[in-house]
Amino acid sequence: MARKKRRSAAFSRSLLAPQPEIRLVSVTETVGQATIDGLAYLGDLTILTGRSLHAVVIAPFQGQRMRVERAIHQAMAVGVGAIPILSLISFFIGTILALQSAYELRRFGAMEFVANAVAVSMTRELGPLMTAIVVIGRSGSAFAAEIGTMKVNEEIDALQTMALDPVHFLVAPKFVAMALMLPCLTTWADFMGVLGGSAFGVAGAGFTFSSYIRTTLSALVFRDIITGLIKSVMFGMVITAVGCQEGLSTGLGAEQVGRSTTSAVVKSIFLVVLVDLVFTMLFYLTAPHS
Amino acid sequence: MTMSSQNESDGPVSEGVAISVRNLRVSYSDREVLHGVTFDVNAGETMVILGGSGSGKSTLLRTLMGLEKPSGGEIWIRGKNLCCISAHDMAELRKKLGVSFQSGALFGSMTVGENVALPLREHTRLDDSTIEVMVRLKLEEVGLSGYEDYIPAQLSGGMKKRAAVARALAMDPEVLFFDEPSAGLDPIIAAGIDDLILKLKKAFRMTIVVVTHELASAFLIADRMILVDKGNIIALGTVEELKSSQQPRVRQFLDRVPEPDVAEDEGFLDRLTERLRL
Repeated sequence: MARKKRRSAAFSRSLLAPQPEIRLVSVTETVGQATIDGLAYLGDLTILTGRSLHAVVIAPFQGQRMRVERAIHQAMAVGVGAIPILSLISFFIGTILALQSAYELRRFGAMEFVANAVAVSMTRELGPLMTAIVVIGRSGSAFAAEIGTMKVNEEIDALQTMALDPVHFLVAPKFVAMALMLPCLTTWADFMGVLGGSAFGVAGAGFTFSSYIRTTLSALVFRDIITGLIKSVMFGMVITAVGCQEGLSTGLGAEQVGRSTTSAVVKSIFLVVLVDLVFTMLFYLTAPHS
Repeated sequence: MTMSSQNESDGPVSEGVAISVRNLRVSYSDREVLHGVTFDVNAGETMVILGGSGSGKSTLLRTLMGLEKPSGGEIWIRGKNLCCISAHDMAELRKKLGVSFQSGALFGSMTVGENVALPLREHTRLDDSTIEVMVRLKLEEVGLSGYEDYIPAQLSGGMKKRAAVARALAMDPEVLFFDEPSAGLDPIIAAGIDDLILKLKKAFRMTIVVVTHELASAFLIADRMILVDKGNIIALGTVEELKSSQQPRVRQFLDRVPEPDVAEDEGFLDRLTERLRL
């Protein structure tokens, strides 16, 4: 009995005793580790993208099935489903852009340039970017949640044991859907943005609707639209790769699915902005000087 | 009691052996979970892998199914060594293996019929009407005829497991793996699943590997059993051989005796204080 008491007391003491001091990890070590982790993550994304491209481009010539119906199903979910909310957001962004540019332009009496400002900003930058943000919220998170839940429910294991590659079966159709739908959605967002700009143009900048559209068309060059669309394809790849990678790396348990979904959204937004920066720099450097 | 004592030089495949495992080691990062496991599963027999939680039995099954990479040793299934098989050969081999997962692992976005049809659609060139007939047959075999158009969420736990078995049977596999077939089911439904396994064994003479910790179920369905403890096989033999074993650890498992230091307060406290190095 006495021994038991002694043990109990010792056990309680041990819980109250000060814990050994935690070693302070140096800043360089943390930065170094974060860099290695970041590069490893980019490597994972690249491998996933490469395997998906192989499934779409090369595998059909090696006698493997193309999952066209799955890609169409995904394209409907990614593309058609996003149109209402994307239309609304792009319209408002177009109006906001017109208002913001008019704020400066009216000081110079150059209100006729409102249409130019809206057209160029929407097609080169805000159209692709806002589309990407909307698609991340709707589809990037959904990819992570869907694949993450399948991982937790052993469905990914089941696919593998049925000799079905999860990348071929689940990820590749999503890549196809995104690569096709993001440029379409971006074009639609550009159009709605211009329409939103015209609302202010007609109401507050002395345009008629047709003169606004004419000015927009004359302000735009082919390069503006094509650079925006190239960016949108890249954004689509990034969103799919991150969403699917996060889903596939989901740990055990339902709360891990939530973590993957959050992580997919945060990482996608960051990487989309990063890719945007890189491509905008490239387009700037390769632009003809005039 | 017969502990398998074949060594690697005996040759990986002999007549009548469906699965041959030689000195199998599996590690998660630097923690070894299986420490050199060796056994054979004969063609047409039902082998039950028994073991407590954390014993390594599920890892063993996942490795047999090719879902975990071994850190050492060999697994031979149908004359192929899983450890150094090409991706193409692995895919071909997997078409001959059926797996029923613990949770069923049915695809939630598809109906039961589509779930069963999936392997047929992906791996065969059968037309839709033939696939439809085969799906109906497979569902009938597991007692689920008429449930083709249900989605998995509408099924009870036992029905999900049956549907998963139907999907596992779709490609007429030679080897069928079951992960905890009766876990989470009430005794009557669990007995139904045991009955189904016995029926499959009799009707199709399949090689069946079952991982479970349910003793009653194991004794009923097994031809031979393996008892896994802390990553090692501590017993291998027929049901009678295992039941009559006098090995203390085997007896403890079969007689459902808790760990001695958990059994009484003093021992529990001793173990805690020892861990905290008081």
